[in-house]
Amino acid sequence: MSGGLQLEAQDLAAAYGRAQVLFGVSLALAPGEVLALVGRNGAGKSTTLKAIMGLVPATGTVRLGGQDIARLPAFERARLGLGYVPEDRRIFTDLTVLENLETGRRPPRSGRAPFTEARLFAMFPNLAEMRHRRGGAMSGGEQQMLALARTLMGNPAVLLLDEPSEGLAPRIVAEMAKAVAALKAEGLSILVSEQNVAFTRAIADRALLIERGAVRAAGSVGEIEARLAADALGTDAQ
Amino acid sequence: MDLILAQFLTGLAAACSLFLVASGLSLIFGVTRIVNFAHGAFYMLGAYAAYWLQQRLAGPVGFWGAVVLAALLVGALGALMEMTLLRRIYRAPELFQLLATFGVTLMMEDVVVLLFGPEDLLGARAPGLKGAVEVMGQQVPAYDLFLVALGPLVLLALTLALKRTRWGILVRAATQDRDMVAALGVNQKWLFTSVFALGIVLAALGGALQLPRGETAHHTMDLKIIVEAFVVVVIGGLGSVPGAFLAALLVAELNAFGILVLPEVSLVLVFLVMAVVLVARPYGLLGRPQSAQRGALVVTARPWRPFTAPERAIALALAALAAMLPLAGGAYALSVGAEVALFVLFAASLHLVMGAGGMASFGHAAYFGLGAYGAALAVTAGAPMLAALAAGPLLALLGAVAFGWFCVRLSGVYSAMLTLAFAQIAWAVAFQWVGVTGGDNGLIGIWPAAWAASPATFYWLSLAAALLGVALLRMVIFSPFGLALRAVRDNPARAEALGLSRQRVQWAAFAIAGTLAGVAGALFAFLKGSVFPDVLGIPLSVDALAMVLLGGVGTVIGPVPGAILYKLLSIVLVSATAYSKLLLGGLVVALVVAAPRGIAGAALDLLARRRATP
Repeated sequence: MSGGLQLEAQDLAAAYGRAQVLFGVSLALAPGEVLALVGRNGAGKSTTLKAIMGLVPATGTVRLGGQDIARLPAFERARLGLGYVPEDRRIFTDLTVLENLETGRRPPRSGRAPFTEARLFAMFPNLAEMRHRRGGAMSGGEQQMLALARTLMGNPAVLLLDEPSEGLAPRIVAEMAKAVAALKAEGLSILVSEQNVAFTRAIADRALLIERGAVRAAGSVGEIEARLAADALGTDAQ
Repeated sequence: MDLILAQFLTGLAAACSLFLVASGLSLIFGVTRIVNFAHGAFYMLGAYAAYWLQQRLAGPVGFWGAVVLAALLVGALGALMEMTLLRRIYRAPELFQLLATFGVTLMMEDVVVLLFGPEDLLGARAPGLKGAVEVMGQQVPAYDLFLVALGPLVLLALTLALKRTRWGILVRAATQDRDMVAALGVNQKWLFTSVFALGIVLAALGGALQLPRGETAHHTMDLKIIVEAFVVVVIGGLGSVPGAFLAALLVAELNAFGILVLPEVSLVLVFLVMAVVLVARPYGLLGRPQSAQRGALVVTARPWRPFTAPERAIALALAALAAMLPLAGGAYALSVGAEVALFVLFAASLHLVMGAGGMASFGHAAYFGLGAYGAALAVTAGAPMLAALAAGPLLALLGAVAFGWFCVRLSGVYSAMLTLAFAQIAWAVAFQWVGVTGGDNGLIGIWPAAWAASPATFYWLSLAAALLGVALLRMVIFSPFGLALRAVRDNPARAEALGLSRQRVQWAAFAIAGTLAGVAGALFAFLKGSVFPDVLGIPLSVDALAMVLLGGVGTVIGPVPGAILYKLLSIVLVSATAYSKLLLGGLVVALVVAAPRGIAGAALDLLARRRATP
């Protein structure tokens, strides 16, 4: 049915109270693919990720490796292989780096080398140096690394990354891009919501333009960025 | 010197149980955000269960086995309550869970009377620890020394469990952000249940360990301990186990030495200290500012709006109907009617602070009671009724202005606990300042003037006060001031950016609410012809909370049906059955589950659905 697709969402609709935010978003991700959601603030990118993760009430279907997970609570989706890195990082500030990693720990997934503290510290050397530091005493960039590492401790098959480069220094953005490329090489599927053009170009295979809670266009990152820029200038890119 | 040491050790021993109960309460609140009012009831059950088991199990093994078994059994019961009741209402506004656990508390108080009778039960002494040990020339009970040692051991065990185990790490993570923990694949349900069960085990253990000190098991022991445990949790800092330990020591020693040094303020000492601690350290001794609260006190299902013309006509018709009660009812019905009317006003005044203001108050009885005492003192001094009816609300206003100034400087449960502290201080003054207030004997002979003496006239007077008061409160809510109050409730930062002073707006709301509660209290004094310290007591504050929450804190009209239903039920049930608390508690629990937005909230939902599907 889903033809080897890793993640497939159809007709996602979601509302906060009476304000509807998503109007039927559909997308699909192949194994090892990186798909970027592009669009302005408030377009519905974050809500799309939350709806897939089960963090906002939504209608529509969500399939993970062919299995329908749309009715499952967030924790079961995580156990089945969805990994979510939230926009505002949501590090546990009272916990140390090691303890934060512990909260994400799940059993290994078959056919894939499991993530361990040692592997993650090799990936993010900064974190290794501050393994006993409290999350609250870390910089924004370090927290972003920790948030990603914490989710990887769950050995996800699909990563949902919400604005991973937001508010980070260019050097850290480059480091994040490197990490994402490494994860892609391992076969993880990654759905990323992103506003940073350079970052998106560096990591994504394809992009979707999200506007007012719906997919307006699909294409290569270059095409979608051009379309977004043209919209912002009020001209017609087509 | 030696006496001081002995007293100090007694304080340390008393701190043990207090710490056990408070640490459980603190853990539960930290993770689940539930203010578990039933915690004292589980402490009581622990004592009863240990008593019952110790009657049946023999020898030292039986004695200690009974203590452990009692704690585990009661813990299982607590887990059962969490799974069957609280799981249904985690998404409800924060204090609604307090209402649910309050209902359970009422039920348990009657259940233990049903099972064990109303008498005080004296438990067995601990085998092997029956005697006294000489410490610096003073005889100290050996069992007390055992408790002195046990407290730090439990602290150590809890600290290790929280710091060194995966469970503990998840608990601490969930204390900060439970949704994120779920997104990482952790089943919150079981995490919550395990924390809840552990907290209840600790409470029950605290109860079971009190018996061998010579304390009796009785059916009112829950209220005293729950108030003290709340105080300890708040002084220590919500969610902090070491904080609870420190605060338990402080409170127990204050109790131990207060009696010796300052007997005339002993009842109020702990609350004074709590007030001082909270004013100096708004998050308790070892607490941290709460992370962004993810469950608001007030969730308004739909925008608040004034009555439409037809709705106003219905309200007026209902008021007219209520005014016709003297045609149908006799003196008893009229006195019940007057009492219900006054409680409507009392609940509506609390709703201004809670519903529109978003500030929970655990001590609203303070203003009701000050109103009652103000009026009664004026009458005692020879003032006529009308002057007394002015004096009562004036005293309540003064109290609200003074107490409110401090309370609006805190937020959340801390602010609510400060209101409780002030109410307890007012209660203790009324109770211990015998020369002026008559203490426990109260002030009697507070009868209405001749013009208002007939039951019908007094009923109409009370009804008029309630109707005018509720109308006034609605006008306030829909005035620019009311908008400002709701603005600071919903988004304090944005409201301040618009130039609204959160503290000043909330302070004014406190003053208005306090004055109107004082009106209700002053009339209540004349209705009963007397005033006792109960009118300032915690049970009355809790009743007011229950009325507002049952009615629907997120609606404007909620407190009116809430107060009518709750007050009528409690009056009717008390006269109809010996187990009124069991029934009332059961009804409260049922309503909480059936109508998580309160009665008015459920009714409005129903109406909206009707309109949507014609």
